[in-house]
Amino acid sequence: MENSEKTEVVLLACGSFNPITNMHLRLFELAKDYMNGTGKYEVIKGIISPVGDAYKKKGLISAHHRVIMAELATKNSKWLEVDTWESLQQDWIETATVLRHHQEKLEASSCDHQQNSPVLERPGRKRKWAEQRQDFSQKKSLEQTKTKGVPKVKLLCGADFLESFGVPNLWKGEDITKIVGDYGLICVTRAGNDAQKFIYESDVLWKHQNNIHLVNEWITNDISSTKIRRALRRGQSIRYLVPDLVQEYIEKHSLYSSESEERNVGVILAPLQRKTAEADT
Amino acid sequence: MKSRIPVVLLACGSFNPITNMHLRLFEVARDHLHQTGRYQVIGGIISPVNDNYGKKGLVAARHRVAMARLALQTSDWIQVDSWESEQVQWTETVKVLRHHHSELLRSLPWKEGPDQGKVDSAAPAAVPELKLLCGADVLKTFQTPNLWKDTHIQEIVEKFGLVCVDRAGHDPKGYILGSPILQRYQDNIHLAREPVQNEISATYIRWALGQGQSVKYLLPDAVIAYIKEHDLYASPGEE
Repeated sequence: MENSEKTEVVLLACGSFNPITNMHLRLFELAKDYMNGTGKYEVIKGIISPVGDAYKKKGLISAHHRVIMAELATKNSKWLEVDTWESLQQDWIETATVLRHHQEKLEASSCDHQQNSPVLERPGRKRKWAEQRQDFSQKKSLEQTKTKGVPKVKLLCGADFLESFGVPNLWKGEDITKIVGDYGLICVTRAGNDAQKFIYESDVLWKHQNNIHLVNEWITNDISSTKIRRALRRGQSIRYLVPDLVQEYIEKHSLYSSESEERNVGVILAPLQRKTAEADT
Repeated sequence: MKSRIPVVLLACGSFNPITNMHLRLFEVARDHLHQTGRYQVIGGIISPVNDNYGKKGLVAARHRVAMARLALQTSDWIQVDSWESEQVQWTETVKVLRHHHSELLRSLPWKEGPDQGKVDSAAPAAVPELKLLCGADVLKTFQTPNLWKDTHIQEIVEKFGLVCVDRAGHDPKGYILGSPILQRYQDNIHLAREPVQNEISATYIRWALGQGQSVKYLLPDAVIAYIKEHDLYASPGEE
């Protein structure tokens, strides 16, 4: 099958990554295998976008550390990378906005390639992907590159994320519509039936169901960051649950403790704060 | 202060291939024993089974040993031992335990010196115990008729001891209650809870590899590289 017939996809995962775990990394691998396996898509990149400190989640440690841990975790990956744009913003940024940011970046790069100018915005991080794109452009003619179109950003998540759409005041209706309508969702879950039911019971999700891909997670992989932090507080080993480099970094900087878990206690989560503020105006 | 009993954990199995879950067994077991306050885990041994075990899809022992070695490169307390895999025939678990136990005793440091009288020789170094480490699924297999000899089960739990890490869908306490031998020696059976459910079965790994799917983050990168280099598990398992 001609590569130009496939839609290129970039998987974007937003979240606390507090800390990043092998489970987060598995989501990417499962999603890539699934999307590539449909024959309709080609996953060219995966982006991890840790949330900014302004999110104010309980126990959220500084973005600086969370970004570094994610970078250590993806050091040996050929296609995964960490993006710091979201984490560097002063205020908390809605997911739909992060998606739009990355889609616009792809569109801008795509234009540049068609004009045959090299893309090296951020040499350190971008180089891997830019090299791939340049190789590809050299193999195909300009005509064919145009036909293939710009890669599409899709949001990668677990089932808990999908179900968070049901939490009152957490999401704006229009943002959910944007996410599933304009971009698309790839949801990796063990409980496929529950997820399908959830989609069925939501008019918005039902309408865009073709843009919601449910990927089965055959292996129960319950490595939640919450449990990692709990294990660390209790002096229990987290080896083989997170990449070795991440475990070493956490140990070296004594990142997680009872104190760090108390951060933001009593503070309202940013999206809920914003919703209340908007309601008041 | 009562001193802790030194313990070495021995895990037998196919390790076909070794996965992060196998490695977790050791970490969870060690934490558990330390928490009792009675033990100090001083080492861990992975003993891949002999090729003559005859299990479907078992790749050559030299590969399974090499993969375990790669997986343990970054561990400072667990190592792989190829004795069992190098025997002429399959060796019962109790014999593997006996072998490693005598090796352990042989390797104990003996304090010698001309001024023996000055050294406090009244308290001898505690003799390390060797315990069999396994998942709850293995504990269940004690019930399978003819799989284990009763005398062996008894020797395992009486002379050595068992550290059993629970696994989803299994009821280790129930297995113990259902067996008179296990019940009698239940004090020597330590049930460790793995708080993070992590069902990475080697069976799934082999299936995924056969399908050309990713197994990254389920087993160490070095092991994945070895599998690719030697083209292991690329097709449905041989008989």
